[in-house]
Amino acid sequence: MTVLLAILCILLLTVIVVQIGRVNELATKIRGEEEIQARANSRHGALSLVFMIVFLLATVISAMYYKDHMLWYGPNTSASEHGSSLDYMFNITLFFTGIVFVITQILLFYFAWKYRGEKGRKASFMPHDNRLEVVWTAIPAVVMTFLVVGGLDAWNEVMADVKSDEDVMEIEATGFQFAWQLRYPGPDGLLGTRNFEMIDATNPLGQDWTDKKNIDDIQPSELVLPVNKKVRVRITSRDVLHNFYLPHFRVKMDAVPGMPTYFVFTPKITTEEYRQRLGALKADGTPKYPEWYEPSDPSDPESPRRYENFNYELACAELCGQGHYAMRRLVRIVSEAEYEAWLGEQQSYYMSSIRNTDADPWKDMLFDSEIKERAAEFNDRVSQALSSGNASDKVLALDHVSYQPGSAELTALSRYQLDNLVSVMNNYPNMVIEISGHTDNTGDAASNLQLSEARARKVYDYLVGKGVATARLSAAGYGQTRPIATNDTPEGREKNRRTEFRIVAQ
Amino acid sequence: MANTAIKPVVTEEDLLIEEYGYDDHFHEHHHGDKYQSNFITTYIFSQDHKIIAKQFLITGMFWALIGALMSLVFRLQLGFPEENLAWLRPVLGKWITINDAGMGTLAPEFYYALVTMHGTILVFFVLTAGLSGTFSNLLIPLQVGARDMASPFLNMLSYWFFFLAGVIMFLSLFLSTGPFAGGWTAYPPLSALPQASSGSGAGMTMWILSLVFFVVSVLLGGINYITTVLNLRTKGMSMWRLPLTIWAFFVTAILGLLSFPVLVSGFLLLMFDRSLGTSFYLSEIFIGGQALDHVGGSPILYQHLFWFLGHPEVYIIILPAMGLVSEVLSVHSRKPIFGYRAMVYSILAIGFLSFIVWAHHMFMSGVNPFISNFFVVFTLIIAVPSAVKVFNWIATLYGGNIRFNAASLFAIGFVSMFISGGLTGIFLGNSAIDIQLHDTYFVVAHFHIVMGVAAFFGMFAGIYNWFPKMYGRFMNETLGKLHFWGTLIGAYAVFWPMHYLGMAGVPRRYYRFDSFEAFGQFSAMNQFITIAAIVTFAFQMIFVVNFFYSIWKGKKMTVRNPWGANTLEWTTPIHPGHGNWPGKLPAVQRWAYDYGKDGKEFIPQIKPMDEGETEAH
Repeated sequence: MTVLLAILCILLLTVIVVQIGRVNELATKIRGEEEIQARANSRHGALSLVFMIVFLLATVISAMYYKDHMLWYGPNTSASEHGSSLDYMFNITLFFTGIVFVITQILLFYFAWKYRGEKGRKASFMPHDNRLEVVWTAIPAVVMTFLVVGGLDAWNEVMADVKSDEDVMEIEATGFQFAWQLRYPGPDGLLGTRNFEMIDATNPLGQDWTDKKNIDDIQPSELVLPVNKKVRVRITSRDVLHNFYLPHFRVKMDAVPGMPTYFVFTPKITTEEYRQRLGALKADGTPKYPEWYEPSDPSDPESPRRYENFNYELACAELCGQGHYAMRRLVRIVSEAEYEAWLGEQQSYYMSSIRNTDADPWKDMLFDSEIKERAAEFNDRVSQALSSGNASDKVLALDHVSYQPGSAELTALSRYQLDNLVSVMNNYPNMVIEISGHTDNTGDAASNLQLSEARARKVYDYLVGKGVATARLSAAGYGQTRPIATNDTPEGREKNRRTEFRIVAQ
Repeated sequence: MANTAIKPVVTEEDLLIEEYGYDDHFHEHHHGDKYQSNFITTYIFSQDHKIIAKQFLITGMFWALIGALMSLVFRLQLGFPEENLAWLRPVLGKWITINDAGMGTLAPEFYYALVTMHGTILVFFVLTAGLSGTFSNLLIPLQVGARDMASPFLNMLSYWFFFLAGVIMFLSLFLSTGPFAGGWTAYPPLSALPQASSGSGAGMTMWILSLVFFVVSVLLGGINYITTVLNLRTKGMSMWRLPLTIWAFFVTAILGLLSFPVLVSGFLLLMFDRSLGTSFYLSEIFIGGQALDHVGGSPILYQHLFWFLGHPEVYIIILPAMGLVSEVLSVHSRKPIFGYRAMVYSILAIGFLSFIVWAHHMFMSGVNPFISNFFVVFTLIIAVPSAVKVFNWIATLYGGNIRFNAASLFAIGFVSMFISGGLTGIFLGNSAIDIQLHDTYFVVAHFHIVMGVAAFFGMFAGIYNWFPKMYGRFMNETLGKLHFWGTLIGAYAVFWPMHYLGMAGVPRRYYRFDSFEAFGQFSAMNQFITIAAIVTFAFQMIFVVNFFYSIWKGKKMTVRNPWGANTLEWTTPIHPGHGNWPGKLPAVQRWAYDYGKDGKEFIPQIKPMDEGETEAH
C-alpha cells in the first residue's frame, strides 16, 4: 500500500513538473520567442544579482556564526606551539583567497546582470587583451609565491625530526582495529624493541621481553603529557593504515604497518587552562562562549557545564574499517609535577601482565628492583610483628620461598628471601624463631608430614649455613594439619602449601 | 529518429559546404549505410559516435542516480543518527539492523560501503565516463568536421567495456559480504585483507575487476579521441582553430592515456598481494589474531601509484567541463571567448602540472617531509593557469549580450563553483595548512564543490546546450532554469557549511560523530546539510523528467543553428545520419569565436574570410 502510494506520489509530481514546463511552451507560443527570451534575460539577470548578494551575505553571516570554530579564533586556539604557525598560514591564505573570492563572485554575477541580453544591444568584440592577461597571470603568481614561501617555512620547521642533543621525551602510539595503544618508555627513557610476530593476546605490541628496555615500558590508557615539554610521538600500526590525529594540537600523521612515522610537538596549554579559556567571562560577567556554558548532559541541567568537562582527544583520521569513527583516547596535558606524580603511579606493562607468566623469559631471576622491594617489604613485616603484642601476628609467611615439586629442594629464587631472613636475624641478635613447613591435603598424610619436615629442615640448614646460631633456630613439619585456607580450591591449596616462621623470642 | 527522411531544405550552410567543402566521396562508399541496418546495430551495438555519446550519457545518468541515492542514505545516517531507518529494510535488507525496540540502524560496514561506492561511481562512472565519454564522443567528430571517430569499432567497444564494468560493480552491491567498503582510493592493507573489512573479500575482487574493464574503456575511447583530433580534422581546421571543447577533450584523453595504465599496474600488484601471497604493499601485519607472512612491502607505494592516476583524474573530470563552459559562455554571451590562446595554454599547463603534483594527497601519509616541498610548489603553481581561466571567463561575460537559458546559467554557475572550490585548494595544497585540514570535512567541501558540483554544472550546461543536436528537440527552459537555481542554491547549502566542520577538525569518513566531544557538537548543521541534500536531489529529478520528456515531447528544432553558434556541429542536418554531413565535409575558414565581429552577430567557421579580414587571435 505504501509502495503504491509512493509510486502514485512520484507520478503525480512528474505530471506537475511536466505541466510547469508546458506553461513555458504555451507562453512562447503566445508571446513569441524573442519576447520570452528578453523576459528571461531580465528576470535571470536580476536573479543573478540577488543571488550574489544573498550568497555573499550568507557566507559572511555563517562565518560569523561559526567564528568560534575557526582556526586561531576563540575556542579553536591551537594547544601546541607549532600550531599557531599553521593557523597563521591558514588565516593569511583566508585573507588573500577571501579577497579574490569576493571580487570574482561579484564581477561574475554583476556582469551577468549588467550584460544581460537586451534588444538592440550589441556585444563588443573583444577577443583578447595581452596587457590585462599578463596582469592577471602575474598577480596570482606573486601571491602564490608568497604563500608557498610562508607555507614551506612553517612546514619544514614543524616536520623536522628532533636533533640528537635535544631534550625531548619519546612516546609511542600504535593504531589497530579499532583503538590506540600508547606506550611510554618508563624510567630508563628508552622504548624497547618490538617484533610483530611476537604479538598475542597478552603482548599487544609484540614487545621483545628479552630486551630489558621493555621491562619498564608502560601502557597507559590515557595520553598524559607535561606542558611545555617537547614530545616525539613514534607512530606505528599493527594492521591497516590509521592516522594519529590530535585536532587541538594540529597534529596528524599516518600510522603505517611496517614503517614507523613520527610527529614532534610541544603542548603549551594544560587541560585545566584550556577549560578556563572556554569558560572565560566577558568584562560584563557574561560568558564569552555561551555554548560552553551549557550543561554537558542536555537532559540534566544540574550537570557540570561543558567547559568544565572539556578534554583533549586523540582520534583516527585515516579510514581503517568499520570502527574507524570510535578510536578515541583521552588526552590530558598537565603540569610537570602532576605528570611526575601520574607517571609514578603507572605500573610497567611487563610487571603487571607478563612477569612470572609463561611468556616471561626472566622467570628464573629477580631484577634488582624486585630484590630491593622484597627486602623492604620483608623488613617491614618483621618490624610490624615485633612491635605487635598479639601472638598471632608473630607468625610470618616466607612467601617467596618455594621448592621443586614433591621434593624439599629449594628453588633458585628462594635464597633472596632467606637472605633477608638472615639479615633480620643479624639485626636482632636476641630473636629466636621456629621454622614450620605445611602442605595441602592432597596425597598421603604421612608422606606430607615427612615432606613438610624435610622442607623446614632445608630452610634451617640454609640459615645455619649462613652463620645463624643453631640455638636461635628450630624446625618443625606439620603436614596438612594446620591449613590456613580451604583445601577445596586450587587457590586455597596453594595458600596451605607454605613455609613460615614464628618469632619465639625477640 | 536518425533514419527519418527529412526533406532537405537548402540553407546558406549547405551552399557554403557545397562551394568550399571537401569531397571525400563518403556517399559513394557508404550508400545505404550497412552498419545501421537494424535496431540492434543502430541503437545497441552502434558504431555511430552520436549514439555512443547518448549511451554514455544515459548510462552515466543511471549511475548518477544510484550514487546520489547512496549519498542520501549515508547523509540520513549523519544528519539523523537516532532516526528509525527500518523503512529502508526492503531495499537494504540485512544492512539495516533492527533492535528489540523495532529501531532500524544502518550497519557501519554498509555505511562505509555506501561512501566507497558513492565515490567510485561518481568519480569514474559518472564524471569520467558520463561526462567525458558523452561529450568527447558527441562533439569531437562533429566539431572537427569528421564523419566519425578514427575507429568507430573501438569506440563501440569503449562503451561496452564501460557497460561491463558497470554490470560487475552493480552485481558487487548484492554480495552477502557486501561491496567494497575501504574508501574509493582503496588503500591497502585495508583493501588487501578480507580480515580487515568484509567488503575487502569478494567485493574488492569485483571492484578491481570492474575498474580494470573501466580503464580498458577509457583507453579505447582516449586513443580514439586523440587520433581523431590529430588526424581527422577537416580541411582548414588547424589546431589553433579548434574550439576550446576539443582542446579540453584532447588534453583530457592524453591525461587518461598516460595515467590510467599506472592505476592498473597498482591494481595488479594489489591483486598479487591479495591472491598470490606477494608483499608489494604489506609488511609486519598482525590481524585476526595472527601475524601474516608478508614482510618488506610498503602501503605508500600503492598510494604513489594510485595518485599518479588519481590526481590527473580530477583534471580528467574538470577539463571537459571547462571546455564545455568556455564554449557555452562564448556562444550565449555572443562574444568570443576572451584570450583563446591563454585558455589553450592554461589547459596545456594544467594538463602538464597534473602529473607532478600527485603526492599532495600524501603529505600526511608518512612520506619524507622534504619531498613534500616540491609537491607544494607545483600544486600552488596550478592556481595560476586556473586563475587565468576564471578571469578569462569573467572577461568573456564583460560587454556581452547574454542570452539567459539553462545552458548559460549552468555555465555561469560553473564559474562560481570553480572559484569557490578552487580557492580552498590553495589551503589544502599548502602542506603546512594540510596538517590540520587533511582528511577533514574541509577536504570534502573542497573537492565536492570544485570537481563534483562544478563538473556537474559543466555537464548540465553541455546537456542543455547540445540536447537539440542529440535529439532534434529542446529541453524545457522553465524546468531547466528551475533546475539551475535549485541546484546552485542547494549545492552551496550542502557543501559550504562543511568548511566550518573541517576547520573545527571533524574528520571525514566517520559513521557517527558523537563518540568525540570535539566532533559531536554540530548535529544541527549536519541535519541542515542532510535536508539540503534531499532537496537538491529532488531538483535533479526535475532534470531527469525534463530530459526524458523532452526526448519524445520536447519542442522541435526547426532551424539547424538555434543558438547562432559558429562551430561545425550546427551545420549538420537537424537529424544527422551516420557520417554527419550528407554531402561534402565542411571546410573551415576561421576560428570558432567570431561573435560580434564587424557588426555581425556571428560568423560560422565555414564562412570564408572577407578580403582584408584578419583572424582575431
